[in-house]
Formats: sequence, structure tokens, C-alpha cells
Amino acid sequence: MEKFIRKEGLVAPLDRANVDTDAIIPKQFLKSIQRTGFGPNLFDEWRYLDRGEPGKDDSKRPVNSDFVLNKKRFEGATVLLARENFGCGSSREHAPWALQQFGFQAVIAPSFADIFFNNSLKNGLLLIKFDAKIVDQLFREAEAREGYRLAVDLETQTVSTPGGDSFKFEIDPFRKHCIMNGLDDIGLTLAHADKIRAFEVKHKAAQPWLF
Amino acid sequence: MAKTLYDKLWDTHVVHVEKDGTALLYIDRHLVHEVTSPQAYEGLKLANRPQWRVDSVVATADHNTPTRNWDKGLAGIEDQVSRLQIETLDKNIKEFGAKVYFPFLDKRQGIVHVIGPENGATLPGMTVVCGDSHTSTHGAFGALAFGIGTSEVEHVLATQCMVMQKYKNMKIAVEGKLGVGVTAKDIALAVIGKIGTAGGTGHAIEFTGSAIRDLTMEGRMTLCNLAIEAGARTGMVACDQKTMDYVKGRMFSPTGAAWDKAVEYWRTMHSDDGAHFDTVVTMDAAEIQPQVTWGTNPQMVTTVGGKVPDPAQETDKVLREWMERALKYMNLKANTPITEISIDKVFIGACTNSRIEDIRAAAQVVKGKKVAGNVKLAMVVPGSGLVKAQAEEEGLDKILVEAGFEWREPGCSMCLGMNEDQLSPGERCASTSNRNFEGRQGPGGRTHLVSPAMAAAAAIAGHFVDVRTFK
Ligand code: SF4
Repeated sequence: MEKFIRKEGLVAPLDRANVDTDAIIPKQFLKSIQRTGFGPNLFDEWRYLDRGEPGKDDSKRPVNSDFVLNKKRFEGATVLLARENFGCGSSREHAPWALQQFGFQAVIAPSFADIFFNNSLKNGLLLIKFDAKIVDQLFREAEAREGYRLAVDLETQTVSTPGGDSFKFEIDPFRKHCIMNGLDDIGLTLAHADKIRAFEVKHKAAQPWLF
Repeated sequence: MAKTLYDKLWDTHVVHVEKDGTALLYIDRHLVHEVTSPQAYEGLKLANRPQWRVDSVVATADHNTPTRNWDKGLAGIEDQVSRLQIETLDKNIKEFGAKVYFPFLDKRQGIVHVIGPENGATLPGMTVVCGDSHTSTHGAFGALAFGIGTSEVEHVLATQCMVMQKYKNMKIAVEGKLGVGVTAKDIALAVIGKIGTAGGTGHAIEFTGSAIRDLTMEGRMTLCNLAIEAGARTGMVACDQKTMDYVKGRMFSPTGAAWDKAVEYWRTMHSDDGAHFDTVVTMDAAEIQPQVTWGTNPQMVTTVGGKVPDPAQETDKVLREWMERALKYMNLKANTPITEISIDKVFIGACTNSRIEDIRAAAQVVKGKKVAGNVKLAMVVPGSGLVKAQAEEEGLDKILVEAGFEWREPGCSMCLGMNEDQLSPGERCASTSNRNFEGRQGPGGRTHLVSPAMAAAAAIAGHFVDVRTFK
């Protein structure tokens, strides 16, 4: 996992509530056995006018020019602004993979669905929760001002706007530590291997039918 | 101190807790399927890590498998990408091992959330995970069950643990008697309609109350299946005599002295009197009516006697635009009575409603009748090979086929349309699945979620009807 400390980037506003993971990456792309290659099919049904299929040359497909990510001014965006309950639905980790592989490094929304939240942080895609009021303000500014960029600082847990506002966000210290240092969860857990083994002995004595 | 069921399940599985409350939670059962596992096994191989506990894994192929042409075997899967994913699972299980694997074509193969319980691989008091959000289904047994992502699949394979923070406790109490023709699916949709698809976010839900106790185990599975659509990663129901009766005698259920010891323990798998819940929702079962979704999210639901709502009445701008978008996608006009919505396809299946009782309910409605002329396809996809065999033994397949339904091989099928079973753009479907998201059942497809009896009645009528008065 890549380390994330401070990043600054162009903002794309996706003004829809309850964006589900089926929309983020449609099912036909879940047939892949790889971890990469999902970026071109992020929001596939919204970005293109035809039906996407694995193996199709996406560069030749007709695009929906009304969709926010297809607008010239949001090209190269690395911060996604979204509404309530972003990432609801299916547990597919292909959703954060697709967002990252498209180029997003952080998503800001008033709320996220639980599984998507975990999946994203495990991959170092930073999800930032702000009050709906703050998100509203960011939407207004991002839509009004071309080239609107935000600076995301994980160390100080702040997002700063070009206008000089700075908003603090919460993140649990363990996750913060992992993301800032690009740490692998499994390695960290295996450091407790003795504890897991000891637990198994006790657990097996209490509920032997589980083994 | 009085504990909730969730507290008990949590406390008996915590291996280690960090100062900030992040815990390592031990996982007893890991259900594996072909879609969310390949990258996880790949990760193990790359890091040269062994699997921690092989006999915790129960695997099957379900999402991509076809529901026809099984006589052709793997060669019957025309989509090469799908086939490769199924073959990759075969290869990974061969290499890493499992307690049991029900591959494509096996007579016990089926939807991962159907085969776990029916083989006794899901037991009360357990922690269960699977790389699929509807893993909440298994909570029906007084178990703690979570859907997980692929990194977590890899993490559990390698360490037998999940890294988690404890959720808050939420109680949803449904008291009283359900009306005739009203099912667990209707309770679940009514709950989602009331609290919203994010209503349970950050919570573990326990469903309680006399109406829940009255449900069969299959009904409880349907209910817990939909907990995730209410935003909760896990839903559960306390263990009672019905739970034991269901579990007894299944392939992996304990026997003899172990059974007696297990039952004694399982009798404690309920919330103590006076246990604290952070959030409590109560509902009156008698008021719940058959539900039909009208939009592109399970929260967009109303009763069969209701109408498509009017976005103009919604004062919140974000919500109003969301509703307008949904109506446009669904090609519905505000204020249309639900019973005037006609349908093109009917799908009875998915881990929500593909068990034997669901198929019985559908067969009962359609017996001696015919599918309406405007319905292009009505299909029943049993949840597993065992469900299929049972239904055939009872002659339910014949009743359904005579009425004009197609009787298919088990799998996820049109719940998400990863195989060839899909809606075409613009087609409208009465479906017993769990998600009505845009494109879920096929690009441009329009999904209305209902119970099996409601789907069956809609197939016969050609439009939605109230199953309680349907003749
Ligand atoms: S039936 Fe649908 S919801 Fe259930 S496991 Fe399969 S795809 Fe997921």
C-alpha cells in the first residue's frame, strides 16, 4: 500500500445520494481475477452510452458528456465529493480499486456505508466524513470555481480549501497509522499469532463442535 | 451485567484489543465463492503465506454459474471470463484446501448463503464471514455474520481474524401477528422503508419481538439477509427451539454428547433481560402490508395498495432529485397505483428467497393458473441443489412449469446477472432478490422487489396485485 500523508488535488463533485457499489463498478467487471484494470470502468453505466464488457476497448466507446467525470474541467481529479451513504450495497472491493485506479485518492461525503468504508481504508483510499453543511459548501465552491483544489493532510487530519478554510476530520488512530505508513494489515495481525493460537485453545475447549 | 446477543458473540470471539478499541475478532466459519476470492488467494501466494485454518473454509461457485445446460459441464459456460473465474476457484481450493467444497455441478452446490445453513456449516454462537454483503443472512441462527471485502478475505485466510471496532447495538422489535399473505420479506422491506438504507449504519441489528419469534428459520434468514440493505453489516435473531430443530441432523451439525453440550450453550444465545441497546425501533406486525419497491434503492418502497410517490412533495433537495432520477430510470409517473404497473419478467430466487418455503409459496399461488401473456419470462431458480431436489420431490417444479415458469439450475442468477440471466434495457421485473439498484439485474433493467408469493401473483396477473385478495 502506498503511503498517504499530504495530498493536494483537483476536486470532482458527484452530486448524487446513495451511490451504490453496483454503480461504482458494474458486475460484469467483477469476473476479473486480477486486482487491477478497473479504472476505465469506474461508473461505467454513467460514463459511457453503450454497455461495457470486459475486454472491450473503452477508448473507442461513446461517452456521456453530461457525466461529471467526463467534463474537461474535472479531468485529472483526485478528490471525489459525494453525498450521503456513498458506497452502499455490495461488498465488492473492486469499488475502491476502481476509484483508486481511476486516480482518486480521497472521497469526501457526509456518510459512507460500512463495508465500503473498511474496504477503502484497507487500500489506502482515504474516506473523509464531514457534516452535510461542510459538504454543501465544498460542492458549491467546486461547482462555482474552475480548477478548484483541496489539500488533504492526514497527519493533521485537515482538509484546506483555496479560500483559506480548514476543516478537521476524524479517523481512528489505528487506520491512520496504517495508511500513513503504508502498512500491511496481515503482517500486523500476524504479530499477534501467539495470542490467536492461545485463543484457539480456549475457544476449542468451550465450543469443541466449532473445530 | 446484562448483555445483548451481539455483546455475547463479540466477547466470546475477541482475541486482542488495542487501546483505541480496535479488536482482533476470531472467525469460526469462512464461506468462499469465486468472485471475491481470486485476488485474496493470489495475495497469499505472493506473500508466501499459508492459510491459517483450512477446516474453517466452506466453498462453492454460485455467482457466475449458468442455470441451464448443466449437461454440457464447464464447456456449457460460454463466457470465457466467467469460466476462468470458476476454474480459478477450483484451482485455489485444490491448492489451499477447505473443510468442504461444493463445486459447479455438485448436487450440494448453491448460493453460498443457502448452502451454509442447510449443511449445518452455520451454527449458533459462531462468527461467520464471506466476501459477500448478504452474509448477514447467517445471523438468523444467533450467529455473528459479516460481509467482507477481498482484502478482508485474504486477512481471514491468513490470520483467522478480522480487525474490527465494535458496532453499536440496535434492536428492531416487531410485535404482534402478521396478516395472512404477509411475509418476512415484507417485514424487512417495511423496516428499510422506515429507517432507510443507512438507518442501521454503524450498528449490529437484533430483530426481536413476537412476530420474529413466530417466523420460521427460513423467514428469519430472509429478514437477516436484508439487514445489509438497512445499512447494518450484521443482523441477528436469538437462538430458540426452532433454531435447534433446524440445525439438528445436518451434515456438519454436532452429534451425540457434543450436540447436548452445544444445545446447552446455544440456549444462552439471546439478549439478557435489561440489556442495553443504543437504538430501538418498534413496529406493529399487524400494520405491515405486502411491500413493493418503486425506485432504485430498497428504501424506495411502498405497500401494494399504495402509489408511486410524488417527488414534488419532498422538501429536501437532495432527496427530491434522487427520487426524480429514480422515477426517470424506472419509467414511472408519480401517483401511479402500484397495481397498475405491469411487468415483463419475473424472477423467483436469490439468497433472500430461494429456499424451499419460498418455492412452496410461489407454487401455491400459481397452481392451476397460467403466466400472463405480457410476461416474457418467469423463472424460478432454487437456491441450491438440495432445495431443487426437495422441490422436485414435492412436485413443485411440475406445478410451476405447468403454469408457464422456467425451472432452472441453482445459483445467484438474475439477482445480479453475472451469468446470462439478465434483464434487457427497459425491461421491468418482479423480483424476490434484494437489490433494485440501477442496472443490478442487467443494464437498463428495472427491478421491483417483492416476496415470492407477490412475485408469483404478479406473474399470473401480468402486473402487481395484492396476493391477499388474489384469486
Ligand atoms: S443471490 Fe444475489 S445477493 Fe445473494 S449471494 Fe448471490 S449475488 Fe449476492
